[in-house]
Amino acid sequence: MSLHLHPPIPAALEAKSLYLPVMGVSVSAGFPSPAEDWAEERVDLNQRYVQHPEATFYFTVAGDSMVSSLAERSIPDGATLIVDRALSAKHDDIVVAVIDGDFTVKRLYCRGARLALIAENPVYPPIVLGEEQELSIWGVVTAWIARPR
Amino acid sequence: MGRSDGVDSEAAMIALVDVNNFYVSCQRVFEPKLMGKPVVVLSNNDGCVVARSSEAKALGIKMAAPWHQLRDFAQQEGIIARSSNYALYADMSHRVMTILSRFSPNQEIYSIDECFLSFDGLLQDHTELAQDIRRTVLQWTGLPVCVGIAPTKTLAKLANHIAKKQAPFNGVCAWQQLNPNQQDAQMQALPVGDVWGIGRRISERMAQEGIHTIADLRASNADQIRQRHSIVVQRTVHELRGIPSIELEESTPDKQQILCSRSFGQEIYTEQELGEAISTYIARAAEKLRQQGSLAGSLAVFIRTNPFRPKDPQYSQHILVPLTQASDDTLLLTRAALWVLKRIYRTGFAYAKAGVMLCDLQPRTAVQGHLFLQTADPIKRAALNKVMDDINRQWGRGSIRVASAGFNHGWKMRQNTLSPYWTTRWADLPIVR
Repeated sequence: MSLHLHPPIPAALEAKSLYLPVMGVSVSAGFPSPAEDWAEERVDLNQRYVQHPEATFYFTVAGDSMVSSLAERSIPDGATLIVDRALSAKHDDIVVAVIDGDFTVKRLYCRGARLALIAENPVYPPIVLGEEQELSIWGVVTAWIARPR
Repeated sequence: MGRSDGVDSEAAMIALVDVNNFYVSCQRVFEPKLMGKPVVVLSNNDGCVVARSSEAKALGIKMAAPWHQLRDFAQQEGIIARSSNYALYADMSHRVMTILSRFSPNQEIYSIDECFLSFDGLLQDHTELAQDIRRTVLQWTGLPVCVGIAPTKTLAKLANHIAKKQAPFNGVCAWQQLNPNQQDAQMQALPVGDVWGIGRRISERMAQEGIHTIADLRASNADQIRQRHSIVVQRTVHELRGIPSIELEESTPDKQQILCSRSFGQEIYTEQELGEAISTYIARAAEKLRQQGSLAGSLAVFIRTNPFRPKDPQYSQHILVPLTQASDDTLLLTRAALWVLKRIYRTGFAYAKAGVMLCDLQPRTAVQGHLFLQTADPIKRAALNKVMDDINRQWGRGSIRVASAGFNHGWKMRQNTLSPYWTTRWADLPIVR
């Protein structure tokens, strides 16, 4: 049983796409716009949810293995995952892992020598890795998006 | 910084970073099942092999091998083929190059999967820095890279080659950290054709002059080399001796020509179908033209039958026409290209390939307005082209197009084993359970 984890790499990236200011750009001569000081950039999902653009990939979830009775932990079928490869996985992270060549999304259990991938849905038993099996963490799930309509 | 080897860290140092088996490695990021298996990527039209995993190389698959000749062997050996997925490779390349740009203020992107970085003035131990680069690119993108570091670009290429082929280097070879005996031994062991810029024809000629290994070339008389070959090859000799003679070009110069040509998936016969293909290529070429802020002063169109079918009647023709006014307008360029096609098209042939080339490119700003020759309101046209570019960028190439580009596209590329556009289309995101 082996786990491939990498040390974290510190990084500060500039946001890739920025929206134009929405307010108060044109000023009539001699009279300053009362709104000018309040001009701000429009909020951008990338700013909040993407820390490392070059290392960020999206996945589509299929199935109900991560559906939980706890709403804040539940990832529904069809959700879009935001996966950051620059982060190193730690205990209790939700990860995209590769087991026997297939992608799986599970919660990582990593305590002492014990290593497992846990589904949120109790119907699915934890995947405990055997000696022969190799687990590699593809990336860490930093957020997910579901569409109620 | 703790350098025991006495290397002067102030000396100019160039690193060449490139991705191992780039196309295959990109496929493997999203298909982990392909790890450790022999994998090949096929050219446009699935014609021949353009990339091989190390396992496929070990089975003796040659670069550019025609796929249809390999099929039985591939089936027998379990070789997996994928069609070229250029949208994926372009996105992954962009990610890698952006990551690499953090490691050095000077970067020359040399091709889709390799770039030179200047290590000048970087105090960190170069081998450690290169290992850091490898770790970061692998973790962030899943792509394996090798690094060669040397005082010249040609030596950096050579060091990269050594890093890639010889396992003890662990993916990084700093040429200056080899002692002179080791350097000589490496150069004596490698054929001269492994030097950057020494192609097969030059190396054949060199063999007649008694130059067989890289060590031979380095020891040759540089003036004679210049007389017998060219000043370019002479520069290569200097570079092998550690004298920088090829500069780092930080910004890739704008292209002087834009070529867009493809083989068709099946032979086509009619002028209309050829026109559809050519309109599609013009749209693509004009988009590139606008991206780099240039105008085309002339345009060429070519069409040809399949020369590999000698029994078929053969025809091949091209015409270059100057434009009355340099332009980047898709509609105007399309009209000109179709006009050319009308002049070169002949009935009764099975056409296999067509292409367009935009030439005499000039910067947009340098062009004088033409007083008497405004075909359409140029501002409106520019706005129209911008809208087309925006729509096609957002909704996918070809979402909006000139009607002459057609809608059937029976001539389109054969790509039987094309993988999803995992990183560039919502509908194609990888599935995880």
